[in-house]
Amino acid sequence: MDARESLLAAYEASKGQIGLGDSDRIRTLRRDALESFADLGFPRTSNEDWRYTSVSKMTPLEFKRPSSFQPDGSASTELQRLRSVFLGGTAGRMLVFLNGRFLPELSSFNGEMPGVETLSLAAARKSHSDLVEKHLARYATLEGRSFSALNTAFHEDGAFVHVAKDVAAKFPIHLVFVANGPERPMAIHPRNLIVLEAGSSASVIQSYVGLACESYLTNVVTETVIGENAHLEHFKIQQEGRRAFHISDLRIDLARHGVMSDCSIAIGGSLARNDVTGNLRAEGAECHLNGLYMVTGNQHVDNHTTLDHVSPHTISRENYKGILDASSRAVFNGKVIVRPDAQKTDSVQSNKNLLLSENAVVDTKPQLEIFADDVKCAHGAAIGELDEDALFYLRARGIPRAEARALLTHAFASEIVDRIRWDALRRRLDGNISLWLSSSSSEAQEVS
Amino acid sequence: MLDIKNLHVKVEGREILKGLTLQVGAGEVHAIMGPNGSGKSTLAQVLAGRDAYEITEGSVSYDGGQDLLAMAAEDRAAAGVFLAFQYPVEIPGVGNTYFLRTAMNAIRRTRGEEELDAIDFLSLAKAKMKLVEMDPSFMSRSVNEGFSGGEKKRNEVFQMAVLEPKLAILDETDSGLDIDALKIVANGVNSLRSPERSMIVITHYQRLLDYIVPDQVHVLSGGKIVRSGDKSLALELEQSGYVIFGEEAAQAAAAGGGA
Ligand SMILES: Nc1ncnc2c1ncn2[C@@H]1O[C@H](COP(=O)(O)OP(=O)(O)OP(=O)(O)O)[C@@H](O)[C@H]1O
Ligand SMILES: [Mg+2]
Repeated sequence: MDARESLLAAYEASKGQIGLGDSDRIRTLRRDALESFADLGFPRTSNEDWRYTSVSKMTPLEFKRPSSFQPDGSASTELQRLRSVFLGGTAGRMLVFLNGRFLPELSSFNGEMPGVETLSLAAARKSHSDLVEKHLARYATLEGRSFSALNTAFHEDGAFVHVAKDVAAKFPIHLVFVANGPERPMAIHPRNLIVLEAGSSASVIQSYVGLACESYLTNVVTETVIGENAHLEHFKIQQEGRRAFHISDLRIDLARHGVMSDCSIAIGGSLARNDVTGNLRAEGAECHLNGLYMVTGNQHVDNHTTLDHVSPHTISRENYKGILDASSRAVFNGKVIVRPDAQKTDSVQSNKNLLLSENAVVDTKPQLEIFADDVKCAHGAAIGELDEDALFYLRARGIPRAEARALLTHAFASEIVDRIRWDALRRRLDGNISLWLSSSSSEAQEVS
Repeated sequence: MLDIKNLHVKVEGREILKGLTLQVGAGEVHAIMGPNGSGKSTLAQVLAGRDAYEITEGSVSYDGGQDLLAMAAEDRAAAGVFLAFQYPVEIPGVGNTYFLRTAMNAIRRTRGEEELDAIDFLSLAKAKMKLVEMDPSFMSRSVNEGFSGGEKKRNEVFQMAVLEPKLAILDETDSGLDIDALKIVANGVNSLRSPERSMIVITHYQRLLDYIVPDQVHVLSGGKIVRSGDKSLALELEQSGYVIFGEEAAQAAAAGGGA
């Protein structure tokens, strides 16, 4: 059995357990999605969207549905630790998901936030059926995307966030997804729905943490719905286990003058693929995409972003930075579409890559499809090494070579991290970067 | 303090220094002048440990016979060598304070001294900032980023004042400074003069030497020291230019070329 067959078999076996409480629409959708996945199978590199990213390491595996949703002893300790790291002593909400399922006993709610609802999608299906019915799977259209189809067919739980009209959520909302189960390899399909009504604002941080060292698949779909004049600040911090596969599909739906500020940090996993699609469907919508990926060893990270300017006066800003060590590989594909009506579109895109090793490879490609004439679209891509002049300057002041390299590399990353206004999160990321730099391998192999 | 013998240096296959010999005693200040492209910065960078240069011949002995050329740049800094760069490098994302404290503590670590904590470092930095009349706001900015030419030079002297080197090499630290800044920088340098500290001052302008009075002046031309003298040599050069060294330099180069 290969991965496709095992996933289909797992679905057959768990039919009675998945999708209880689905509406008729969702039930039909699941069936269609399943057919679509059965049909498509895993993407091949002949598919232009997957040209540089092969999932062949994944396809021979027999994925299983997780069966354990209770943390064992060591996982509980780790989760307690994570809680203090994530919340950093500040108020906020933290929803913990283990192997894709919500764990209320490990979640915390500190600080009053009237008008802000955070619960599991499974619960929301019952308590907020109208909202779920209105929004779920309305934005993440399948369009030949195998993994999104897989998620749509298989999703069980995830986070549901709703912010009422004109409410500003004071504290950050952390969604923590932890993988740690006896099944190997397991496939987890979290499904998140974040809805901001008109005039509201919120900060949502998604963290993916792998406690398991064996391989598993996280295949997440997140739909964000940003109402008129609403502002969502969204982070995804991906620190999956060393042998994990992380596939993510983030959809952003922007109403008039809606603003999305997204920041995607990718450090973990053996193979990571992030799709971010912003639909600037109404006038004045604004989408900011920032990203930082740091890979080493044989890690592979692929960021595919699409910014679809549908209406006039829409703004997009994109800044993705990558740091690659050892034999790692990164792919960046930044598509910007400007539809015929989207006059006065203002779009700037940048992707800069820092290679710390001669064996690391980057494929970066801007992809502009512009059908309007009165627009401003700028893009730039760069692949480079550490600046020798800067390195010498630091060493000439007494800073040892390895430390000087780490300092410059950290500085490269800081452009993305420094603008994070949540202290606990910024400190945590800074710490992660330092740790990454001290354990990354190529400097040790290099003869100075 | 410093004993350079018959130094030959190549860059990208081309020989720039062609048998340079120079001695600088403890507590002395030596000025090096010379035409553009004659190899002054090459000498400065080689002494500071830049490894892009290929040393094909010669030796440099430092402070009690240490083989300077065998040492890594950071070890030279720890041993007291300091280069004020002709073109200080901008390093976005690295704060000035953090950078200098890291440098200082790396040096102290290598020397087996205790590291300075943030508070002690700051009070030291404040005192030295006064010395070069640098605005404290520069400390919170990224290293040299967006600094004017003069501000960068002042930052170099400030770093020198903090790190208190034994051998300071100033590569055109006076270029791009207005007359007031020049006096401030010269004051900073002079305040560091001591019987244990040596300095090499590379400059194109005699006026700097009115403020920093050198023990010796050398002319570097064609990859060699072609003439040495006292401070009156600088005045003479001001009058005559380097043309008179054309022939001497050519001969020197020819003699060195065979080696
Ligand atoms: N990295 C390099 N690659 C190629 N050529 C170099 C390099 N560094 C120096 N050179 C060459 O070596 C020669 C000496 O340069 P250097 O910078 O030492 O001169 P200088 O005496 O300091 O001149 P200036 O007075 O203009 O500062 C020049 O011809 C320069 O072009
Ligand atoms: Mg020079």
